[in-house]
Amino acid sequence: MIRVQSEDFDLSLEVRKLTEENPAIGAVTAFIGLVRDIAGGTEISSMTLEHYPGMTEKMLREIETEAHQRWNLDASLIIHRYGQLAPGDQIVLVVTCSKHRKAAFESCEFLMDFLKTKAPFWKLEETPEGGKWVDARDGDTKATERWLKS
Amino acid sequence: MKILYFAWLRTEIGKSSEDISLPAGIQTVNDLLNWLPERGNNYAQALQKRDLLRIAINQDYADLDQKIHDSDEVAIFPPVTGG
Repeated sequence: MIRVQSEDFDLSLEVRKLTEENPAIGAVTAFIGLVRDIAGGTEISSMTLEHYPGMTEKMLREIETEAHQRWNLDASLIIHRYGQLAPGDQIVLVVTCSKHRKAAFESCEFLMDFLKTKAPFWKLEETPEGGKWVDARDGDTKATERWLKS
Repeated sequence: MKILYFAWLRTEIGKSSEDISLPAGIQTVNDLLNWLPERGNNYAQALQKRDLLRIAINQDYADLDQKIHDSDEVAIFPPVTGG
């Protein structure tokens, strides 16, 4: 399941909804990304996430489908927010559910790595010097490539 | 053709989308990127960092040699930074 929204989300509520009707699930892995108050040594007062409506949903669905092809998952959820966020706010939630922990752990990391390099989101940081678009990181590309080799 | 711009491409070009009729001879993504700078300095400025441009045709990532058509939705944007 995927959701692209401006509203916040509640981890425990989302996990309960995923697991309550499926007692076969024995493992749940969750990742939450937060807005930090410092980036590259610069203080950030807020961050605005822009995205490409339509393509965002399409890419997230493709990434999720790929995870289900690679691992035996019983359920998964990706929530990504857009709009203006403040330091400490939640940006993204990825939850994976499987019978045993290995599939849940690995697929959660896979989903985050792919999301960071494929899903069309862009971060604009508000700093004392004005708005600054965040540059893509080489490390994120390498993290994604790692999954292509295996 | 509908063209969409995101992030700093949107701010540098000064619009988020536009509808344009493709001139004859513009057949690929690469042709489009070579032609767009003729529309003004803001285009030339924004599109000069070629290695920082990502292209999507009808909401799928596309390569430079991919064919484009008048009915397509083409998006030009910098490398993504979500998550």
